[in-house]
Amino acid sequence: MDIVLFDGVAYGMLLFLMAVGLSITMGLMNFINLAHGSFAVVGGYTAAVLMSRTGLGYAAALAASFVVAALVGAVLELVFYRRLYRAHPLDQVLLSIGAVFVSIAALTYFFGPAMLPFHLPAALQGQFDLAGLKLSRYRLFLIVCGVAVLTILLLAMGRTRYGAMVRAAVDNQRVAGGTGIHVQRLFFLTFSLGCGLAGLGGALSLGMLGLEPSFPLKYMVYFLIVVCVGGAGTIIGPFIAALLVGIVDVAGKYYLPEAGAFLIYVFMIAMLLLRPNGIVPKKGLA
Amino acid sequence: MKLTKRSFSATAILAALACISSSYAQEPLKIGLIGTYSGPYADYGRQFDAGVGLYLKEHNGKIAGRTVEIIKKDTAGPAPDASKRIAQELVVRDKVQILTGLDFSPNAYAVAAIATQAKIPTVVMNASSSAITSSSPYVARLSFTVQQVSDPMARWMLKNGTKEAYVVVADYASGTDSLTAFKKAFEQGGGKVVGELRTPMNNPDFSAYVQRIKDAKPQSVFFFFPSGVMPPAFLKVWKERGMEEAGIKLYATGEATDDSYLEATGDVALGLITSHHYSYAHPSAKNQKFVKDFEAQFGTAMRPSYFAVTAYDAMAAIDLALKKTGGDANGDKVMEALKGLQFESPRGPIEIDAATRDIVQTVYVRKTEKVGGKLVNVEFDKFDRVKDPAKEAK
Repeated sequence: MDIVLFDGVAYGMLLFLMAVGLSITMGLMNFINLAHGSFAVVGGYTAAVLMSRTGLGYAAALAASFVVAALVGAVLELVFYRRLYRAHPLDQVLLSIGAVFVSIAALTYFFGPAMLPFHLPAALQGQFDLAGLKLSRYRLFLIVCGVAVLTILLLAMGRTRYGAMVRAAVDNQRVAGGTGIHVQRLFFLTFSLGCGLAGLGGALSLGMLGLEPSFPLKYMVYFLIVVCVGGAGTIIGPFIAALLVGIVDVAGKYYLPEAGAFLIYVFMIAMLLLRPNGIVPKKGLA
Repeated sequence: MKLTKRSFSATAILAALACISSSYAQEPLKIGLIGTYSGPYADYGRQFDAGVGLYLKEHNGKIAGRTVEIIKKDTAGPAPDASKRIAQELVVRDKVQILTGLDFSPNAYAVAAIATQAKIPTVVMNASSSAITSSSPYVARLSFTVQQVSDPMARWMLKNGTKEAYVVVADYASGTDSLTAFKKAFEQGGGKVVGELRTPMNNPDFSAYVQRIKDAKPQSVFFFFPSGVMPPAFLKVWKERGMEEAGIKLYATGEATDDSYLEATGDVALGLITSHHYSYAHPSAKNQKFVKDFEAQFGTAMRPSYFAVTAYDAMAAIDLALKKTGGDANGDKVMEALKGLQFESPRGPIEIDAATRDIVQTVYVRKTEKVGGKLVNVEFDKFDRVKDPAKEAK
């Protein structure tokens, strides 16, 4: 029981790390960015390639994955996304799903269709004993990272000037613009931040998931579930949702392996019926 | 994701000089190659191309004295409707005389229907669902069936003192085939299947499943996953949970240590015992030459996998069959010539069963080891002349 809970929480943290960026961009800009997973893959590939080809350490590779994914996000925002902020949601879906296919083809072209080799550093391999439980070091590391990112984001959004501007823009774009906030620049920075977080999540997932070019399509559903159930535009909402999804998924597969794969969808439907605007709804929607 | 049509005609010049005796020599032999060239399974198409290209290069671009034109078509993965349409186009518009390729079973079933209607000999290069060859009299298979490689593993485990097994398979048609074949062979030999798990195809995290197995404490575990991301994800958790230390032995089919993905899988695969029909480390002279030529032409970045070797063998089979018919590509004549064909493949001796048109071959038991810094499947035991057990049962 305890070990299932621990695994579920670790898996949930991974989902949170990858999906929180999507929550920020979707909530702030009302932009349905289905290509979010592509940024996770960019981050994952960056880390895997740097570690295997240049012998970079794991910590440095994680930092690099954040930076590279954020940069790629920044470029795409400048060139494409910027033009569609006021467009119909279907146009946004079309653009971002197109970006997914382009990213799949590009990664396949440069790195081949298979996964890249990746080895966790020795310090994160294996298990350790805690009060009679055998816990995985890597999973504990995921939990630590998840909590760290959550804390940093909460502080950044709640305590800084940048955070105040983002919250103002989320609540009401026009009024925020009227008070002299550069909403466009804010969007640009926030979008890049969201992509960077996805990249970090992708790099952290290397020890558990097989990262290959088609990853964004395979896991898109998981990101969207986390954001929808949690409530787009918030940070704590997706955090709770990701933990619940992780625990329900792992526990379902452990206790009811025949039905386990479907439980998260049942969970999603139930949650959306109970709280259609998410666990922590965006202000003005509740 | 666009449909690609690339056709290369292999040095078509001076064809007439080569084989004047045959009246078919003037016309190139058109072969339709249906495979996956884009998307997540694009590696399959690359391997097909490599195997076909290698055979044609070794034989100066000729099959039974005729120049060959290969018309390649992309299905971009499992897509039976697209495959059917592609096969129709190949037959009607491009006038191909032979169909081949076919990596996914649903695609092969769809194409088999066209093969029956058009009486076009179809040589399957991979699709491993047992009933494909029964679905059309114009289909022969050079690859393997899932049952053919799962059943020997059960027998080998029994022979080596394993009495109980927990079976884990991916939840799709081939997974079910593997589970059924393994269970049947294992129970017939006096073993006991103590648990079964079917995991979804899109499964990010295996921790729950592995933990469940660990708590059940079986003597051994046998698993079948399609090659690609699933086996490494499973093996990573297996290692992390200390299953080996817990005394649980792990066995699988060769998909788990597919040569295309083995390096990326890494050391978690070390020591895993698998059963399959081809390892690129197979020690025969024929295979050593095959691997050497392969590396000379395509470099060492890509290993020849069982896809490449079957593509190579498919060309060899077409070649031998057409030699028997004197270059005549008539559907019934070619199928008659394919039946009972025996020749040496890089994987070892193979034969096309005269009754079922399915492959009869040696299935090897291998262990993943590090040889010269590379992870390879080292064969150490074998079962000779294994037929498809699913057809034998009928």
